[in-house]
Amino acid sequence: MTNLFLLFFRRFQRRVELPPEESARFAPLLPSSSINTTPHVIFLVLRRMRMPLLILISAYAISMGGLVLMPGIDEQGNPWRIDFFHAFYFVSFMGSTIGFGEIPYAFSPAQRLWTIVSIYLTVIGWLYAIGNILTLLQDPAFKRAVTEQRFARGVRRLKVPFYLVCGYGETGSLLVKALTRRLVQSVVIDSDAERINALALEDLNFDIPNLCADVREVRHLMEGGLQHPKCIGVVALTNEDQINVKIAITCKLLNPTLKVICRAEMADTAANLASFGTDHIIDPFNTFADHLTMTLRSPSVHLLYEWLTSIANAPLPKPIHPPRGTWIICHYGRFGKAVHRYMTFEGMPTTIIEPNPDQAPEGAIVGVGTQAVTLRAAGIDKAVGIVAGTNMDANNLSIILTARQLNPALYLVARQNRRGNDALFKTAHVDLVMQRSRIIVWRILPLLTVPLLSQFLQLARHRSERWAEELLEKIRVLCEGVTPQTWSISIDPEQAPAVHAAIEQGREIRLWHLLREPQERSQPLPCLPLLVLRQDQEILLPDDDLPLVANDCILLCAPHDCAERMTWAAFNTNALDYVMTGEERPDGYLWRWLASWQQAPACPIPDPPSKRGKADRLKS
Amino acid sequence: MNLEKVFFSAFILLALTLNFGFVMGDIDNPDHHHPMELFAAISVSLIATIIKLGDRTHIGAVLLATSIVADVQLLAAALVWGMALHVLDTGNTASVIATVVSLSGGALLANIASVVLLMIETVTLRR
Repeated sequence: MTNLFLLFFRRFQRRVELPPEESARFAPLLPSSSINTTPHVIFLVLRRMRMPLLILISAYAISMGGLVLMPGIDEQGNPWRIDFFHAFYFVSFMGSTIGFGEIPYAFSPAQRLWTIVSIYLTVIGWLYAIGNILTLLQDPAFKRAVTEQRFARGVRRLKVPFYLVCGYGETGSLLVKALTRRLVQSVVIDSDAERINALALEDLNFDIPNLCADVREVRHLMEGGLQHPKCIGVVALTNEDQINVKIAITCKLLNPTLKVICRAEMADTAANLASFGTDHIIDPFNTFADHLTMTLRSPSVHLLYEWLTSIANAPLPKPIHPPRGTWIICHYGRFGKAVHRYMTFEGMPTTIIEPNPDQAPEGAIVGVGTQAVTLRAAGIDKAVGIVAGTNMDANNLSIILTARQLNPALYLVARQNRRGNDALFKTAHVDLVMQRSRIIVWRILPLLTVPLLSQFLQLARHRSERWAEELLEKIRVLCEGVTPQTWSISIDPEQAPAVHAAIEQGREIRLWHLLREPQERSQPLPCLPLLVLRQDQEILLPDDDLPLVANDCILLCAPHDCAERMTWAAFNTNALDYVMTGEERPDGYLWRWLASWQQAPACPIPDPPSKRGKADRLKS
Repeated sequence: MNLEKVFFSAFILLALTLNFGFVMGDIDNPDHHHPMELFAAISVSLIATIIKLGDRTHIGAVLLATSIVADVQLLAAALVWGMALHVLDTGNTASVIATVVSLSGGALLANIASVVLLMIETVTLRR
């Protein structure tokens, strides 16, 4: 009998831990979503509490049943038995060791005997139950389920558009911080618990839902809001290219409309990503090499990049002027190759120093760049600049310091691998530091915050140095020496309802209408339109007189407090009327009706006000 | 044979039989309804409820619901009885017994539903 009970007990415990067979059997009948989600915390608790509750109920039942059966004697000496009501009362306070004494009469020896049994039964039952609850709360699997569920709930409740950032390493943390400063919501998933803890400690003024989990797991991406209606895009920034590819392909399959931005450091990964339509693929090495050569070719265009992408109301970034001439590239790795390719394209002669003779290209100096001998052999005295591109920060700093001793006039470019070494690179007075995480964030930010800006910058690259210089001067005067705010507005019912409605009514709205002070129309707003995007047509630096068409996208730049004043006219019909006609129009149906009686003949607006009133009514 | 299944089915069935045993007899005759039987029915019904906890299948959920209904009915019956005997001191009158028995009669229906569901589940299991 004991053996049978033990056998049953073991079986029962197994049932508690393993998923029940029924669930597998009924699985095909359930909607697929319920299979792929996390186990609900409540089910975990219930399943875990089954055994303790069974034991408690049994203990109570045995104690109460026995107590009722035990013969007792009341005060008058009559035989008496405790009833269920009092038995339950007695066992309740006895089991929880509160102990009010023997009620309603003093117990007989038989009742006391049974009470001894009951005490051990119920007290042990309670201890077991409480111990089980505490173990459950400490259980890592349970804790994980709770945090996962909290994360999923936090994401589900997001009401603002957000980006899902996968990977919170150096790059991810920089990006999230930059997004937060631009008031863009993000959601973070990373597999490293330490990084997630770092996020919790970061003072971001924003509640950023975060989860420590494997991003390769589709379920976690779903919890991160992959199919959330407010999710605008996914940024895959993990250290491993393969994981980034997995994230990108998951996103493209599960939500094809999503914007997917991916970090890729290998050429074949980039090709792979491009093959299934990843929206933007960022290779930090190529990006940096591209910008380095841009500063050589057209420094003003590069400066335009810097000004427009940096945060508003900051000091204007200084221009960079690397010299033209022979450059020395130390280490022909991924970074060195990228710089070499772009430099060669730009027609700049280069000398390569590479320690590994197998990897060194033709004409390269074989050796370590940290040694003066090698640098001399590479012709350091005749070179104008040096690129220290090894994957060791100590080596890069050593190259820079040695090179400077040999040729103080040298322009120094160094690759910084770890963000923790910021102070070292700063004190070493390196002219240009290539830091992977910064480059990636710098490239991604405009894509995320003002997508139109990326398009504008692409167009600007093909413009002349003179064009860029003039534009820079305009911006400098406009913003009085600080960085401008860049934003876009599209003429649609959501972002510019007043303008959109007016255009739909056939009124002609020109660009300058939007660029007037909404309180005083004679004052122009200090606002510079950079680009108008109309279907497939791009109008670079549009004229103020340009008539607007519905669904135009306008990119503007202005001092940082100007955007709100401008959107006033775009949103408010009365403000727009005032800006267009100079008349403060009465609002409300009655006043509008009266005004239409009084001023109908003299109205300078082409369409009659009565019609406008009707349209307004329709709109509301 | 699955020992766990035996235990599971036995308790569900036992909840029904004990309940039936208590309800059987004249509805207003205290001699036909022993408190010990009601106590046993409540205990077994509670255990049956706990056994059904944590099952995520649809039929598991319905089984749990029937059990909860039975518990509520039986506990209400016990409460009425306890109140009448100890708090209000009305004694074991015919009307009190009738209320208690009709409440546990409701629980009987829920327990029957529970067993029917169990049978349906067993029949759909073709092994």
